Amino acid sequence: MNPLITLSILQYSVAQFIPGGDWIIQLIFYLFFFIFILYGQKIQMYVMIREVQGSLYRLKYIRDEGRKITIETINEIGKPQSDPTPRVDRFLEYFTISPQSLDPAGIVWKLEHILNIRDARFKDEVKLMAPSADKTQARNLENTLEAAMALNYIYKIIRHFYLLGKKTLSLYVIMQLQMVLPLVMREAEAYASALKAFAYGQPIGDGAGALVAASLMHGHETRKLPEDCVVATVQMEGRTAFVIKAEGPGGNVGKPGDAIKTIIEENEGKIANIIMIDAALKLEGEPVGEVAEGVGAAIGGPGVDQFKIEEAILKHRIPINAVIIREDVGDAVSPMRKEIFDAVDKAIERIKQVILEKTKEGDKVIIAGIGNTIGIGQ
Amino acid sequence: MQEASPDRTRVSPYIWLLVIITVAVSLILLLLALQEITSDTKDETLATYLLLAGAVLLGSAAYAMIQTRKRVFRAKIESHPIMTTIECKKCGFKSTREFQRGDYIFKESEKCQKCGNPTIIAAIYREVKEKEKERFTS
Ligand SMILES: [Zn+2]
Repeated sequence: MNPLITLSILQYSVAQFIPGGDWIIQLIFYLFFFIFILYGQKIQMYVMIREVQGSLYRLKYIRDEGRKITIETINEIGKPQSDPTPRVDRFLEYFTISPQSLDPAGIVWKLEHILNIRDARFKDEVKLMAPSADKTQARNLENTLEAAMALNYIYKIIRHFYLLGKKTLSLYVIMQLQMVLPLVMREAEAYASALKAFAYGQPIGDGAGALVAASLMHGHETRKLPEDCVVATVQMEGRTAFVIKAEGPGGNVGKPGDAIKTIIEENEGKIANIIMIDAALKLEGEPVGEVAEGVGAAIGGPGVDQFKIEEAILKHRIPINAVIIREDVGDAVSPMRKEIFDAVDKAIERIKQVILEKTKEGDKVIIAGIGNTIGIGQ
Repeated sequence: MQEASPDRTRVSPYIWLLVIITVAVSLILLLLALQEITSDTKDETLATYLLLAGAVLLGSAAYAMIQTRKRVFRAKIESHPIMTTIECKKCGFKSTREFQRGDYIFKESEKCQKCGNPTIIAAIYREVKEKEKERFTS
């Protein structure tokens, strides 16, 4: 208690110089005491509100900066006839309603349908905003806009609870906000650096899986698969590997679920093994770029693709393995770190090991590199 | 909520008031200490206490100012240099330059400086210098 020590020292010293000054200091001392007892919580609350306010300013700054970069990029590569600002502002408020889950049977298809509509709408909007952008640039712009939308949404939610807390002066509203704020801020910073990476078309950490697949298929003939994916047939350790990734170098995750299903059907289910490579969230303390192995469909997103892959492999009883490259939220959406880039060779070694251990010579395997392939060709 | 431009220093008036009061009190304490030292009835322990309290208060005021400064200074989106590595397929010659818009991994790039064969972009990455070595890494 800094003020209390100061006060007692002050009491001692003032008593020396001013005769009868002793009781004044004592009064101040007790006044302080009662103020802290009676209004301690209120004071704490105001401190919290101030803290949230500081973060909110930063969020607003990040959002405005994101919007500015987006508009600049559209102007630079899209060469629109009119000012894209009003269209961008309208787009930032765009929302998607997820399907009703009271009766969850068949919800995946409903969700997929809604997401397809959303995708189509995004593409149309970008075409209107940036008529002279090519396919790669248009995809990068879509991603940039999506990041700007996320930043706008985060800012608005935090602002909502901040204002609500101020209005109700409820300690619990403010406390909850203050508690989640560090994580929210981390996410916002991540989206901000993602936005920059998307605007410039730089590969991001999430593209680790796509980069592994690209390294495997580089120099081989590729063909397109349904929903923005490409496949190359590569001979590996005497096995035939169908290497799948989203079509680059535009910002794109493709629909690996449909792509894997197509390859399985083309081969009438005669696939010995599926290996999926993806970037996965690391826990604090785990090193960036660590490669780990397991089983299951390693794919994030809304779950539609994971569902489809699991359905397809269940039908033909195909074993599935996963190789993941660990990174944190910030790394996943910001330009790819060197550690993650260097992990690609380790991941390829792991894949070869899995193929050697789990399949026989002459078998067919699917190797699917999952993730946003922005800045990664093939 | 009140709108303010992010680049302007926003130090709340309450904090200003608090800082000013703290500085004033600490100055008084330091003066008292000086007076005590120079006075005839020299009380060294009291002088030391006064000096100490004054210094601590002044320090905390300075700390508060630095904190607010830092918060304002932090209001920039971090960006690291992104490097592009170009590699020659024939001779293996590697060169690194800053990322340019339009670069992507496995893009065919300009002719090799050494042998004139076509090159490709082999890597695009961001180098992060770890601020401190984390504990419990194994
Ligand atoms: Zn060369």
